[in-house]
Amino acid sequence: MSARRPTLVFSLMAFGYAFLYVPIVSLIVYSFNESRLVTVWAGFSTKWYASLMHNDQLLGAAWVSLRIAVMNATLATILGTLAGTALVRFGRFRGRQALALMVGAPLVMPDVILGLASLLLFVAMEQLVGWPAGRGMTTITIAHVTFSMAYVAVIVQSRLVRLDPSLEEAALDLGARPWKVFFVITIPLIAPALAAGWLLAFTLSLDDLVIASFTSGPGASTLPMVVYSSVRLGVSPEINALASILVGLVTIGIVIAGVVMQRRAARAM
Amino acid sequence: MPSPFSSKGVTRLGQALRRRLRLGQGAVAGIPLLWLTLFFGLPFLIIARISLSEVVIGLPPYSDLLSWAEEGALQLRLNFANYMLLWQDSLYFDAFTNSLRIAATATLACLLIGYPMALGITRARENLRIPLLMLVILPFWTSFLIRIYAWIGILKGNGLINNFLLWLGVIDEPLALLHTDFAVYLGIVYAYLPFMVLPLYATLSRMDASLLEAAADLGCRPVCAFWRVTVPLSMPGIVAGSLLVFVPAVGEFVIPDLLGGPDSLMIGKVLWTEFFNNRDWPVAASVAVALLALLVVPVLLFERSREKEQDA
Amino acid sequence: MAGPRPELEAWQDPSAAPLVEIRNVTKTFGEHYAVDDVSLSIYPGEFFSLLGASGCGKTTLLRVLAGFEKPDKGSVLIGGHDVTGLPPYSRPVNMMFQSYALFPHLSVADNIAFGLRQDRVPRAEINDRVADMLRLVKLEGYGGRKPDQLSGGQRQRVALARALVKQPQLLLLDEPLGALDRKLREHTQFELVNLQQRLGITFIMVTHDQEEAMTMSTRMAVMNEGRIRQVGTPSEIYEHPNNRFVAGFIGAVNQFEGRVVDQQGDTLTVHSDDAGAELRVRAQHDVIPGTPLAVVVRPEKVRIFAEPPPPCDNGLTGTVEEIAYLGDVSIYHLRIAGGALVEAQLTNRARRGAAPLSWGDQAWVCWNADDAVALLE
Repeated sequence: MSARRPTLVFSLMAFGYAFLYVPIVSLIVYSFNESRLVTVWAGFSTKWYASLMHNDQLLGAAWVSLRIAVMNATLATILGTLAGTALVRFGRFRGRQALALMVGAPLVMPDVILGLASLLLFVAMEQLVGWPAGRGMTTITIAHVTFSMAYVAVIVQSRLVRLDPSLEEAALDLGARPWKVFFVITIPLIAPALAAGWLLAFTLSLDDLVIASFTSGPGASTLPMVVYSSVRLGVSPEINALASILVGLVTIGIVIAGVVMQRRAARAM
Repeated sequence: MPSPFSSKGVTRLGQALRRRLRLGQGAVAGIPLLWLTLFFGLPFLIIARISLSEVVIGLPPYSDLLSWAEEGALQLRLNFANYMLLWQDSLYFDAFTNSLRIAATATLACLLIGYPMALGITRARENLRIPLLMLVILPFWTSFLIRIYAWIGILKGNGLINNFLLWLGVIDEPLALLHTDFAVYLGIVYAYLPFMVLPLYATLSRMDASLLEAAADLGCRPVCAFWRVTVPLSMPGIVAGSLLVFVPAVGEFVIPDLLGGPDSLMIGKVLWTEFFNNRDWPVAASVAVALLALLVVPVLLFERSREKEQDA
Repeated sequence: MAGPRPELEAWQDPSAAPLVEIRNVTKTFGEHYAVDDVSLSIYPGEFFSLLGASGCGKTTLLRVLAGFEKPDKGSVLIGGHDVTGLPPYSRPVNMMFQSYALFPHLSVADNIAFGLRQDRVPRAEINDRVADMLRLVKLEGYGGRKPDQLSGGQRQRVALARALVKQPQLLLLDEPLGALDRKLREHTQFELVNLQQRLGITFIMVTHDQEEAMTMSTRMAVMNEGRIRQVGTPSEIYEHPNNRFVAGFIGAVNQFEGRVVDQQGDTLTVHSDDAGAELRVRAQHDVIPGTPLAVVVRPEKVRIFAEPPPPCDNGLTGTVEEIAYLGDVSIYHLRIAGGALVEAQLTNRARRGAAPLSWGDQAWVCWNADDAVALLE
């Protein structure tokens, strides 16, 4: 088999990668364009990066988004880990079906429904119990945690399933109590999954426009919300500059993660 | 005090341990269950309830279902007018059918582009697999909004594609690419491609390579082996990937809003407009309920395929 | 494997045409020589085994025959036709995989029918032949099951049926019994041999289990580091190993390194420091005095005595260091003057308790020059 390379498959694959990357590359190239007209090349310039640095509205929104994302990622990781552990390790318990369904559904649920549902809940709660008073970062965070914990739970689940339960049993056998086993054995073993889950929850929150639009209130505009309103008005090179910075940061992060993974794989061999 | 190693001691220790375990388990399962019930389960009841209300001027802008009638009796008023509107007004009906059509077509296109990619990654040299996977995931970690925005610059009248074609002399005047159904397909395929590739890769990479050798050994050429062995065995990945693309795409808002035309309405955009522009919460809620009803079957299908995956 | 055989076996007949000819096949993976210049002829009706430890190249050689690996050098002929460049799907060869490689999405009957469908065999004939195969492997009534609803032994039989249904000239078996438990394995060994004799198809089997190779094969090749070290019938390989590797690989062996001091007719006298004595052994060819060689003798050929025995070709004495009671036989380890350990095997004809020897006792061992082999290589 190894003698015959499936060239058709590889050329189709190359096409797929080109499709994925041409838009991103064009975005980056035109972020260095002198002209405001994004598609006409008028010479190299970094002025859009400079003007981005002075766009207080964008920077303020980025700060709001960042705070929400960190809060969300942390809460979602804790709740998602609990949910994943319960689903994998506890066998059949009352409420398992409900938990499994509610962990799975947000993965495919359209954003508009999640956003509307969360908002209507907050309005109803405010009416009934007076909390949360008004909407803003808190309500956005709660709505984000609700759907991003599902992603964390799925990651933790798939890691736990592959984990040898005899490791935990050995610790129990050696006299450690269940909680201690969870923190001393289980958590360190699933740490990579927790890190991946945290990062995913962080990104999902940073990326979300729809749910944040529904659940935010005055004074709590997230970065996607500001970007969206500016994009609706037309193409703007500042957004290109912002996009290039984001792509750069993500690339660095992924390359580091990739190198670490490859190293670890190499060491394991 | 009995020694913990006597049989009585062991049972007592076991009981204590089990009791403590059950208490701990209760908390571990209970906290996320409580959170999800409150913030994910409950809202759907509220949506259902509001979808049966009338729109009123005020805050919140919907009527109560329960009211006190004159004799002090509790009166329940259900208003099905919102659902009648969805059924009768062709705007909503068309938006639903449009959404389903566009999502289905885009899902198919995703599968056609994503399958060779997933297959190519599994067949690539071992040290290339992780980098290739990373390259699929990388766009997913950059902003969704910005990736859709990139297509505006490419598709618009004086965008990259039109400029290129004009320069080649293939066309005399710019093609209308932006604000078309085609642009929406493109946007959905582009945004959701990683969700198709990853589950496909997961099932394909788990496939035993000797199965393909067995097929070849029994007289099956590579094309035949692909259709008779690879495709049937990757069915779980095809199902999971398609649902991961299809279900969110049906309710997609950003892509039709930024890339779609004014006459190709999708239901997510309709819901958004009802809510933010018309401030008609009851109609928005009934649109959400109808959309949910439409998606219940695929969501449950997705759940089942995930459960199966877990058991495997 | 028992049964009357013709006077002259195919491999001894110079006029016989081999079914499979492997000519100078070399296959490398990077720097590593998986198969290194191997030549081999296998004749119609043989049950041939490739025996060796894991990584010795036996599986790669099998995969070259099946067409999954293309040799870097050399050629493969099947039935006189060069098939070196042919892909697996065009070869008159079928393979039974170590993992069985049953298609999990197809029923047992569809698995067996898979190969026939490729050849566009009419549906009615497919059904008949699948039914025949199910009967042959004693799985009637299991046609509708999926592979994951079968036991390991049943899966093994489905894999066999699927490979046999196309009536190949040659069946390749990659560790066919490796996944079965011991008891089932012994039973299946005989079934497989019976089947092979009934169908008359040539079998080539890869195995790491020497007992399996010995019981099942007409001939076998012992492989090490990509090379064939010896080809022969099981008894030739066991009784007349022609190099140290084969002698040590098959069964237990006592091995004494030494130098030839004298040759009288076909009897060599070898001085061995290991044994601390002169050993006598039959020579296959003439050897110049001074040549280093190894004298090897199987433990069951070594007789052990509690008292000095009557004079014999090779007699040594030492102290009993270990006794292992295995039920049917006992194994004694004797530390002799030269410092080497000699292993002797004694059949327990009488019930235990009457053992004449105990730990620390002095004992004598003795074997005939005819029972030992001199190895130069």
